[in-house]
This record gives sequence, structure tokens and C-alpha cells, in this order.
Amino acid sequence: MNIYVLLKKTFDTEEAISVSGGRIDESGAEFIINPYDEYAVEEAIQQRDQHGGTVTVVTIGDEDSEKQLRTALAMGADEAVLINTSEDLDEGDQFTTAKILEAFFEGKEVDLILAGNVAIDEASGQVGPRLAERLNMPFITTIVKLDIEDEMAKIEKDVEGDLEKIEVSMPVLVTCQQGLNEPRYTSLPGIMKAKKKPLEQLELDDLDLDEDEVEAKTATISIFLPPKKQAGRILVGETGEQVKELVSLLSSEAKVI
Amino acid sequence: MSEKILVIGELQQGVLRKVSYETIAAAKQLNANAEILALVLGDGDLQQPAEEMIHYGADRVVTVSHANLSNYTSEGYGQVIMEVMQDEKPSGMIMGHTSVGKDVTPKIASRLELGLISDAVAIEKEDDQVLFTRPIYSGKAFEKKVMKGEGLLFATIRPNNISALEPDASRTGDITAKEVDVKDLRTIVKEVIRKKTEGVDLSEAKIVIAGGRGVKSAEGFNALYELADLLGGAVGASRGACDADYCDYSLQIGQTGKVVTPDLYIAVGISGAIQHMAGMSNSKVIVAINSDEEANIFKMADYGIVGDLFEVLPLFIEELKLQGALVS
Ligand SMILES: Cc1cc2nc3c(=O)[nH]c(=O)nc-3n(C[C@H](O)[C@H](O)[C@H](O)COP(=O)(O)OP(=O)(O)OC[C@H]3O[C@@H](n4cnc5c(N)ncnc54)[C@H](O)[C@@H]3O)c2cc1C
Ligand SMILES: Cc1cc2nc3c(=O)[nH]c(=O)nc-3n(C[C@H](O)[C@H](O)[C@H](O)COP(=O)(O)OP(=O)(O)OC[C@H]3O[C@@H](n4cnc5c(N)ncnc54)[C@H](O)[C@@H]3O)c2cc1C
Repeated sequence: MNIYVLLKKTFDTEEAISVSGGRIDESGAEFIINPYDEYAVEEAIQQRDQHGGTVTVVTIGDEDSEKQLRTALAMGADEAVLINTSEDLDEGDQFTTAKILEAFFEGKEVDLILAGNVAIDEASGQVGPRLAERLNMPFITTIVKLDIEDEMAKIEKDVEGDLEKIEVSMPVLVTCQQGLNEPRYTSLPGIMKAKKKPLEQLELDDLDLDEDEVEAKTATISIFLPPKKQAGRILVGETGEQVKELVSLLSSEAKVI
Repeated sequence: MSEKILVIGELQQGVLRKVSYETIAAAKQLNANAEILALVLGDGDLQQPAEEMIHYGADRVVTVSHANLSNYTSEGYGQVIMEVMQDEKPSGMIMGHTSVGKDVTPKIASRLELGLISDAVAIEKEDDQVLFTRPIYSGKAFEKKVMKGEGLLFATIRPNNISALEPDASRTGDITAKEVDVKDLRTIVKEVIRKKTEGVDLSEAKIVIAGGRGVKSAEGFNALYELADLLGGAVGASRGACDADYCDYSLQIGQTGKVVTPDLYIAVGISGAIQHMAGMSNSKVIVAINSDEEANIFKMADYGIVGDLFEVLPLFIEELKLQGALVS
């Protein structure tokens, strides 16, 4: 099977966020593989180990994205592709991302594409479904189980806590939800091997795209932090007194009960 | 009334989800003078939900009923919505940022090469531009986005953030049943295993009582249910509580679980991990009950009780009962 994983690098979950010059300040921040894409990498490796084939991890990013790709290779992916747009493009949105990925997949034999269900930074969840639609492929989002038999994928999909059992023809694009698997840690031998695995670098030119074709359809005009919450009120006194005060505050001050 | 905005009435087991009404209010915020056209799709008699959409402010409703719409598939819903878009040529389209909305809107946006702004929590107008506010970085920041150019104003809205209009049962409007041949589906839904509990729907609840690993057992959750009953709210949980089997994953709140925006969120024995906060940080009033005064949840809380939840909850329940008819 030809298995592809879409990977985005994101801010480390625990990073504090600050805004400077109307943008999220990225200086000094730690970047990680988007957590939901880790499930995708893990699932791709498990499917390959079961059915044979290769796992290729693809990201659109900049030079620094190599780090996350090497991590995916160290987990066990076979090949990586970095589509580096830093020279060509300043702005982009989900349309841009899907359009570039569409061009990358043009003419490729694909059996399975795995993406994260959402990127924890911009969090639209659009990229997987957008790409599938461009490739005229069915897609199933937020999956928690995947069994491939013959040309069919048997999937369990999380629907706001309910579970749907779905059958869909291959090739298919799926987006991964927590619960699908437990991503493995990288091992030292894995990391050593990853250094020698192929990592292809592409630019827009290599995909026969020009900037106009991928121009964003939306624009961000401002970014701001939520208004600082006033320090909450920690109640004091006997527990019984605190509870009485809480009930009274909730009904007369906050007016929510 | 030259402009038209399309909103989707989303049915869940035959009943409209509340966010459907909110899409009507959102559509009015895009353009107060536009005709609001609602599409209600499903399998069966859709007259009643269609009328409800009108009571909540829709001017006209198109219904599409088909056996292949009994379960949601992106292909089935996609075909119907795109056909209605083609007929009606709306200038805007709003849907709830629900499991279904998240799934079908990017498909449509991609097919029609449109921009799409997902998970908006507020809409405002500034010099004829429509600005959509949406949370980013797990709710640690917000961005305001606009559509470039003249394209369709296309967005999904987070439930419980944009208030629905007051329903008016005397409102009337045209309801048309449209035939669409929903076909060539590559996806088959074999079975739906419903885990939802009785009572108030968690993602729409005005009051949420959420328990974490600190609740320590499934029995421990009984006090939360009692509290929820008294307050007319719903029970939720952290990942920690779900992983420990104190409750079902369908109660999970957070980045992976449900995103809720109630008026009152009571976090009981929850530490306040960022992935949990992503699902509740927009709540209007947050109460934390936790024995660890350093717990992160207190940074978010409007009111906090540092104490043992097993001592606090019974007193809380007792006090509410004492106050009698407080039930909202
Ligand atoms: C050229 C370019 C310039 C950009 N400039 C800006 C900018 O100035 N400011 C800004 O805030 N954002 C910028 N972006 C990012 C863009 O706005 C979105 O973050 C991106 O389209 C992904 O959307 P999302 O974060 O909502 O991901 P989601 O749709 O939530 O992601 C879902 C899944 O899609 C896949 N995916 C998402 N992004 C990528 C990727 N880059 N590569 C491979 N797979 C991916 C992953 O599997 C991910 O889990 C730019 C993007 C591009 C391509
Ligand atoms: C990709 C990813 C996605 C995730 N998605 C989610 C998500 O959607 N939702 C989510 O919730 N988590 C999610 N998590 C997990 C998250 O990181 C935390 O592990 C989880 O939220 C912790 O749950 P908790 O607060 O119940 O447990 P803990 O962190 O163990 O906290 C328990 C709290 O209970 C308090 N306590 C203990 N005993 C008492 C007592 N007797 N009285 C009062 N207080 C007491 C303790 O002081 C402590 O603060 C995700 C993680 C990852 C990596």
C-alpha cells in the first residue's frame, strides 16, 4: 500500500502565547508534531507493518520542519517530503494548503492518506476534507479504529462521543482522533536510521504552481489575547460557609443559577 | 431582500440541534436585510423542524428528505447542500461547528474553491466588512478573519456563543420540499452506537458540572448527577476521568471531546490541562473545586473553593435544596 501522512508542525502545547506586531510571537518557541498527526504517523506504520507498502510523511512548512519529519522517520515512516514555501509565499490559509497538497498528489498512486483531525494551533480541521475533495476521494474524519480488508476500509468514527461503524471504498482519506492508538516513542536506533532515510525537498515551482493559484481566500486582520481574567475569587472560611457564599454569589452576583 | 443567506437546520435523531437556531441569528448579523433561507435535510417528515426554523427567524425553508440522508455522510449531505446552493445562489452560508458541520463544510468549500472560516464565536461588521472572531491555540488567543474578495461569506459557528433570536410561533414562511436524488455514496454507515445519556445535551447545556480524576470512581459521579439535576444542567468530564472509566468518553470535554460554552461551568477535581481548557475556556462563569490550591484550573476560575470535593459536594447539594426552587 502507498500510505501518506499529512503532518503539520505546531507550537508545543504547553507554550505560553504572546502576540507581537499583530502575529503570534514564535521566537524561542518549541515546535512539535501536531499531536493528532502523531496518531496518523503511528497508524500509518501499523497499517504498513500489517499490509506491506511504504509510509511517506508530507509537510508544508519551512527549513525547520525537517525536525518534525525526522521524528516521524525515527518513529518508522519510510520517506519524507518537505514542501518549503518560505521563499515563495508570505500568506496562506486552508485553501492554500489544500491546493499545494493537491498538486503534490497529482499523478501519484495513493491507497490511504492519514491526517490529523485538527491542528492545535489554527484548529479549523479543514485541510483533510478539503484535500480529499480535490482528489475526488471519500474521507472519514475523527476515526478511532481502522481495519483494511481487500479494497474496503472498516472504520469506527467518533461523533461527539457516539460511535459510527462505517465502510468505505479505498482509496480513502481519514483524519485521526485521540483513542486511535498510542503513538510510539522514538528509539536511539530509530533516530540513527532516520538520518539516512530519504527526505525530499520541493518548492512551488517543482509542483508547477504559481503564487496566484494558491492565494488565500481568507485573511487574518488581527490576533489578540483574551482579556485578562480578573483574578478569581478563592472563597475562605469553613467549608459550609464557602458553599453558602458560592451559592449566593452564583445567584445574586453572577446570576447564573 | 435581494441578498440571501443560507443556513442549515441540523437534525439529531429527528430533532433540530439548538445551534441551528443560532445560525439564523448569525445570518442576520452578516446582513440584517437579507432573506434567510434554511435548508433542513434528513429522512422523513421535516415539516415540524421547518416550521421551527421559521419561528426562530428564517424567512423561507427548503426541505430535502431521502432515505440516503437518514445517517449523515459527507457525500449525501454535500450533494444536497451544493444543489440548493446552485439553485439559490446565496451570498452567505452558516452552519454549526458540530461534528457534521466540521465534516461537510470544508468539502463544499473545496469543491467550489471557496474560503471558509471555521468555529466562529462572534460576528461583527466594520465598514461593510464582516469580521469573524475565532479561538486559536486552544483558546489561548483569538483571531479576527475576513473573506478576501467578493466570495461567499461562509462560516461555521461554535454552539452556545451567538444567541438565538426569541422564537415567535406566529411567524409564517414558505416551506418547499425539494427532490434530490442522493446517490453514488462510497460511504456506508453500518451502525450507530449511541452513548448519549438522558437529559440535557452536554454541548448545548447552560450549566455543566464536570468531574475529573479527583472524583475517584464512577460512584463519585453520582453527586455530580444530583447537582446537575438540581441545576438543570448536564454532566461532563475530563479525559482523566474517562480514561479511568469513571464515565463514558461521550462526556469528555476538551480538544478531543466536546467544546462547551455554558453560562456556568463547575470543574470538580479537574486539574485544568490545556487540552481540557480548549473545550471550556469560553464559559461565562467558571467555578473550580479542587483540593490543590496550585491547580491550573484556578487561573481560569471566577470562583474557587480549595477543598475536598467529597466534603464540598454534599454541602453544595444540601444548600441548593435548602434554597428550594432555584432550579433554572
Ligand atoms: C504558504 C502558507 C503560508 C501561510 N501563512 C500563514 C500566516 O501568515 N499566518 C498563519 O496564521 N497561518 C499561515 N499559514 C497556515 C494556514 O493558515 C493554516 O494553518 C493551514 O492551512 C492549516 O490549517 P489549520 O491549521 O486549520 O489545520 P487543520 O485543517 O486543522 O489541520 C488538519 C490536518 O491537516 C494537515 N495539515 C494541516 N496543515 C498542514 C501542513 N502545513 N502540511 C501538511 N499537512 C497539514 C495535518 O494532518 C493536520 O492535522 C500558511 C500556510 C501556508 C501553506
Ligand atoms: C492530544 C491530547 C488531547 C487531549 N484531549 C483532552 C481533552 O479533550 N479533554 C481533557 O480533559 N483532556 C485531554 N487530554 C489530557 C489532558 O492533558 C489531561 O491529562 C487531563 O485533562 C487530566 O484530567 P484530570 O484533570 O481529570 O486529571 P488530573 O490532572 O490527574 O487532575 C485531577 C485533579 O483532581 C484534584 N483532586 C484530587 N482529589 C481531590 C479531592 N478529593 N477533592 C478535590 N480535588 C481533588 C487534584 O488536585 C487534581 O488537580 C489530552 C491530551 C493529549 C495529549
